Amino acid sequence: MASQVKRADIIFAPYSEYPYKILGEALKKSPDDIIDALIKSGLRGRGGAGFPTGLKWKFAKKAQGDEKYVVCNADEGEPGTFKDRDILVKVPRKMLSGMGICAHVTGATKGFIYLRAEYDYLKDALQKEIDFFHQHCEKYGLDFHVEIKSGAGAYVVGEETALLNSAEGKRGEPRNKPPFPVTEGFLNKPTVVNNVETFVNAMMVCRIGAEEFAKYGMRGQKGSKLFSIAGDTPKPGVYELELGLTVEELVNEFGDGNTKAVQVGGVSGFCVPSAKFKEKTIGFPGKDDVNYIPTGGSIMLFNHTRSMYHVLENYLEFFEEESCGQCTPCRVGTQQLLKGIKAIKKGKKDPAYLDTLYKLAETMKITSKCGLGQSVANSFCSIVDEFKEEIIY
Amino acid sequence: MITLTINNTQVEVPEGTTILEAAKKIGVEIPTLCHHEDLCVAGNCRVCVVEIKGRPRLEASCATPAENGMEVFTHSAKVRNARNVITQLLLSEHAEECTLCYKNGNCELQNLAEEYYHDDEMFIDLAHEKEHHIDKSTALRYDPSKCIRCQRCVRTCAEIQGVNALSAAFKGKDMMITTFMEKTFGEVVCTNCGQCVVHCPTGALTERTYYDEIWEAIEDPDKHVVVNTAPSVRVALGEPFGLEPGTIVTGQMAAALRRLGFDSVLDTDFAADLTIIEEGNEFIQRLKKKFVDGEDVALPMITSCSPGWVKFIEHMYPDLLDHLSSCKSPQQMFGALAKTYYAEKKGIDPEKIVSVSIMPCTAKKFEANRPEMKSSGYQDIDAGLTTRELAKMIKQAGIDLTKLPEEDFDSIMGESSGAGVIFGATGGVMEAALRTVYEIITGREVPFRHLDIQPVRGLDGVKEATIKFENCKPEYSFLEGAEVKVAVAHGLRNARKIMDQIKEGKSPYLFVEIMACPGGCIGGGGQPIPTNDEIRMKRIEAIYREDAGKPIRKSHENPEIKQVYEEFLKEPLGEKSHKLLHTHYSKRNRY
Repeated sequence: MASQVKRADIIFAPYSEYPYKILGEALKKSPDDIIDALIKSGLRGRGGAGFPTGLKWKFAKKAQGDEKYVVCNADEGEPGTFKDRDILVKVPRKMLSGMGICAHVTGATKGFIYLRAEYDYLKDALQKEIDFFHQHCEKYGLDFHVEIKSGAGAYVVGEETALLNSAEGKRGEPRNKPPFPVTEGFLNKPTVVNNVETFVNAMMVCRIGAEEFAKYGMRGQKGSKLFSIAGDTPKPGVYELELGLTVEELVNEFGDGNTKAVQVGGVSGFCVPSAKFKEKTIGFPGKDDVNYIPTGGSIMLFNHTRSMYHVLENYLEFFEEESCGQCTPCRVGTQQLLKGIKAIKKGKKDPAYLDTLYKLAETMKITSKCGLGQSVANSFCSIVDEFKEEIIY
Repeated sequence: MITLTINNTQVEVPEGTTILEAAKKIGVEIPTLCHHEDLCVAGNCRVCVVEIKGRPRLEASCATPAENGMEVFTHSAKVRNARNVITQLLLSEHAEECTLCYKNGNCELQNLAEEYYHDDEMFIDLAHEKEHHIDKSTALRYDPSKCIRCQRCVRTCAEIQGVNALSAAFKGKDMMITTFMEKTFGEVVCTNCGQCVVHCPTGALTERTYYDEIWEAIEDPDKHVVVNTAPSVRVALGEPFGLEPGTIVTGQMAAALRRLGFDSVLDTDFAADLTIIEEGNEFIQRLKKKFVDGEDVALPMITSCSPGWVKFIEHMYPDLLDHLSSCKSPQQMFGALAKTYYAEKKGIDPEKIVSVSIMPCTAKKFEANRPEMKSSGYQDIDAGLTTRELAKMIKQAGIDLTKLPEEDFDSIMGESSGAGVIFGATGGVMEAALRTVYEIITGREVPFRHLDIQPVRGLDGVKEATIKFENCKPEYSFLEGAEVKVAVAHGLRNARKIMDQIKEGKSPYLFVEIMACPGGCIGGGGQPIPTNDEIRMKRIEAIYREDAGKPIRKSHENPEIKQVYEEFLKEPLGEKSHKLLHTHYSKRNRY
């Protein structure tokens, strides 16, 4: 069978021009033109939440502040995601170009890369590239300085406001929103926080133009996306594919012929059972569009040898460890979900208790302070919905 | 202005108002736990979530600003269901031992549980599966099994006190409130101020209680139990009995203490007057040493009545301890005299005296147990009880405070001036001292209408005043024309501002009053809960009403003070004073 997935080669394509050429050209354009191009390109944040990048930059540009910041979120902590590491290793220049363009657009003079603790070994090489980048900034007359800040290993710090707290030297706990980082971010100054891949894409929009960029993508989705393919697959790895593919197309390409479910978007994403492979599309949903599933890139395939109970138990163990612990629904809710499914499995709780847990997960979704607690229900409810028998018996 | 509707009622509020505040304006009570008027917004507990039309998620009303055209529903089915689940989650994590809890009947979680009653446990009990270690210092008690992680204590310790003894540590299921390196309260920079206790919504943080021991002493016919009550207790003790904050219950309190069985009901205010005589003279002596003898004396001199403040400076500014007045606090002066002067006058063996103080304070418990506080030859104060503990004892004795007649304190050491009373409010010690110091130096009354030194009163964090000395008595001619700048700070974060100035050598002041707690002792860590600025202000007003109604307004005119110097101490800063009424301090580490 011919492959139905459309490969793209934007992100890792080798440079054909001299270093930081695109940055130099972009700096000659007006910030408004760049914002317009980004909006036209349809580029949405590649960390997983999918906020339109052009709008974010526009808000930060408009925000009042004597100092502004550009932050690259390289905390890549979602289980099953390892695509940002590839960018940091192979094409950090593209990412830094994107940060520089963002600084030009927003008027930021400082920036940092928040590097997850486990990527500490990339620091030296990355710093060398940053030094090289600074030389070009100076050459182009861009007043922008970037440094690396190291994470301490907490998953929640991938959430942008927790990241900012951590970068400020505080406990990595998410903040209340509003205010949003674009108006009050790092040290309460206007701040753009974008994922590693988003900066690369922003640079690519400048390189190939909004229209060319928007040609990538199927079923209304714009651009390409890096996927970290893992689990029961004969060819795990990082792949750049056009957005908007169905789970079925993905499974046909990467499955081992025995795929039972695909977890799209990591532990905070959704579990898609084989019956729904056809109807679920990978991409950013519009309003109330339940058939689109966003992802920061994590794709985990499970074949029929896997127990979905163990998958869920594993996810919940992760959550009860990685909740920051500040808000009630997330801190206590994650513990209750885990204890609850264990109790049902052991027969200490009635199967009907699963309904209570389901209600709890739904409450967590609408009451938790940040995306972590809000998205526990994604995996919990989607696994319970589809694999109830496996969970109970 | 912003217009929105809450439960279909239109309300107009200034920009920046939260939904919680807007709701309050139209009489809609949204339950809260992590929210406190004194503290910054946290949005942690999620109990106050509300539904906003058009938004899929519920929002924390304490943290969400009202917006034009918002349609808010505070108690819709969706909200009630979510709030119920959150309440049950909190209860699953909280050791539900209400009948064994000191805060039973005064617990915000209990109130919430009552409101969202559920006839069965919704979730699995988490509180009892972990091992919890109860930390008891001499002043405080922390039971983590009752902690709901709202972080009110953490924010109090950081924002109000600038001490940061408490912090959130670990994450997820292990997240807890603890001290540096999980040491005990007694080993860290904690000042024992008890503000965390006042701000704790549950029974996780409480004072360490001593009333059982006091009951025992009262019952013991061999013991002579004397009690002294701090100025701020009489304006707050009514609250646990349903009286309005700011109700003065001095007479009923004396009556209640007598009915509890204390052998002698005396007044800390007497010792406050004594403190003024000693401290006022110490101040004049420091000025003389500095400006006449040219000695290197530490100025400004800073008051030492507040044991939370004293421990704070010992930890945080150990090199500036010389600035502290060597005077003991009124509690400790009282204790030292109770087992010497009082024992002598009454012909009682000091060994049989148990001296108890009723304080608005938890740090007083620590102070009473400081090893140096044994100048009478015995432990000067055997126990310091909080206002809350006294209320509990009165209730245990079946006494309705509100129905008691007003009675007087016993003698000796029961008489006081208005100056002694105002020790309870921030600025009070300064005002009392100036009333006396000015008169010693000039022979005239302090030049303020009705002796009320208004600039040092009120809830501003740092207050300043300048007193000019003119037409001084001949022996104080060195102060002629001097403009003495003084300052008053309350809340330890405000204390830092003064101390940092001193540290940099830029302090313009000669005399400074510092109280650990916001509002001074009336807002102390041992006072009835709740406490907020409105309540603090009412208690302060009551303190000044009590002062204004006193026939004697100046410490040096208190006849019992004159008597104690004539018969026992001989002179201020004299040999006996030195032994009994003055103390020294210890440098402490920050870790």
